[in-house]
Amino acid sequence: MQSKRLGWLLLAPTLVILFLFGVLPFLYVVFVSFHQWNPFAANPEITFNGADNFRRLVFDERFLASLGATGAFVFFAVLTQLVLGYALAQAFMKDFPGKAIFRTIHTLPLIMAPIIVGSVWKLMTTPSIGIIPHLLDSWFGFDLNIGNSALAAFAVTVVMDVWHWTPLVTLTLIAALVSLPPDPFEQAQIDGAGRWQIFWHITLPMIAPAVLATLFIRLMDALRTVDEVLMLTGGGPGSATRFVGVHIFKEVFPRTNYGYGSAISVIVLYITIVICWALYTGMLAPRKPRKG
Amino acid sequence: MKKTNPWLLVLIWILISFLTLFPIYWLFVISVKPAVDLFTTPQIILRDIYWQNYIDVLNDRTLREYMLNSLIISSSNAVLCTILGFFACYALTRFNLGGRESIFFWTITNRMAPPAVFLLPLFLLMTQAYRIGDFTLLDTRIGMVLVYCTFNLPFAIWTLRPTLDAIPRELEEAAYVDGASTWKVLTEIVLPLCRPGLAVTLILTWMFAWNEYLLAATLTNFNARTLTTGLSEYVTTTGTAWGTMATISVFTLIPALLVFGLVQKHIVTGLTFGAVKG
Repeated sequence: MQSKRLGWLLLAPTLVILFLFGVLPFLYVVFVSFHQWNPFAANPEITFNGADNFRRLVFDERFLASLGATGAFVFFAVLTQLVLGYALAQAFMKDFPGKAIFRTIHTLPLIMAPIIVGSVWKLMTTPSIGIIPHLLDSWFGFDLNIGNSALAAFAVTVVMDVWHWTPLVTLTLIAALVSLPPDPFEQAQIDGAGRWQIFWHITLPMIAPAVLATLFIRLMDALRTVDEVLMLTGGGPGSATRFVGVHIFKEVFPRTNYGYGSAISVIVLYITIVICWALYTGMLAPRKPRKG
Repeated sequence: MKKTNPWLLVLIWILISFLTLFPIYWLFVISVKPAVDLFTTPQIILRDIYWQNYIDVLNDRTLREYMLNSLIISSSNAVLCTILGFFACYALTRFNLGGRESIFFWTITNRMAPPAVFLLPLFLLMTQAYRIGDFTLLDTRIGMVLVYCTFNLPFAIWTLRPTLDAIPRELEEAAYVDGASTWKVLTEIVLPLCRPGLAVTLILTWMFAWNEYLLAATLTNFNARTLTTGLSEYVTTTGTAWGTMATISVFTLIPALLVFGLVQKHIVTGLTFGAVKG
């Protein structure tokens, strides 16, 4: 129908930019990950050390702990965002007074830079300065201390992420829900389908592409979260919020282990791609028969 | 669907809005407090307003430069990514290109990389490899626009995919039968139908670029420095100057609010999809 050459031509600028600023730096990181290198030290020699970085990493308790913390963070944050985002998107499908204003308000956190979000939540939760520990203490006698309670610090990072990113999920799902044709829903109601059945068999498959895109974007961004967590807790207390992004940052900058940091990045990137690929193929599979 | 009482929804949304707005309100509260008051017992209601932080920030010429840089970089990046992303996504969904699903997935892997470790390779490439004579990409606006493509271009392609998939091919095929060129089909049939999706893409890429911190902090020195890095500069040089920081944060929010207000109605026009029923 159309010439393939034109297709490649439309794709070319994207490929070139991503190659120059994505692939080449990545190959460089892979190269460095097989070396011992501390470019910020007095002796910035780069020496080949084979797979030593990777061998060390498998038994590195601090790295494994950061992986575990990241997994828990991503699970709680992204799951909450998807459920909440869907519920809110559905709530927007109905008419009610002040809808436009509420929608605008709801979208505001997206405008905020992660680093600002981190500082705001730090201001609100730091013991003795913050408003939240103060209120929790005077209302419920509950002591929220993100400085020494691992659970509190972790919970606050999750709440912060949910506060910041749920609107993105809501917006994408509103766009998806709005574009749905009304026919299948009307038909299902005539056939006497329940709410849950309609959601599971009609809405979900139809908005699956949008959910998929949203899930990926959130999963990826949550896996590489650095700015706000670094600002809020600095990875502490202990290693409670030392998520991999933060861990790599600390390995590369304060500790200047560039080779080791690169090795961690390669592994983390690999894990991310594997998880996303599994999700991608898993969610693509039920979609295929409908195309034919 | 069943009828829900609209006032119940209003009540729920008032609660949600309160939770959403409170951190932003608190940011404002901190920005209008003198430093000494920060460490007294926190109070929800604002009693008196102290504008000195705002006066200080507005009188700072460097920060005004940073704001201009941020505006230029994020706007150029958003437009570039939305256009290129639209072309790329169209190519991937409409042309039978070899390995197109793999390419589609590969684009997003560029967004997965942990950012901290890519700072040094990017720095080296931008100073040594990507140069014309004395001109290097480091500390330039165009350099930052291109670097931001690594996370925004895949985002654009992926957000536009459901929109493009939802457009029935029959429309385009009919136009081809009528003898329209690919370019004409792309701009006169596909583009108008994609408008809501494009608007959402434009806003979100703009916001990601505007808010980026780590890359800008490393790959710029002075000429192309952005507002978010200025923010952190203030924090490091003066310790924890929360008041000043909160004020710059408020200034970072204002342009974002304006842009958001301008294009928000386009998101709602997603309804145009209803015009085409399969």
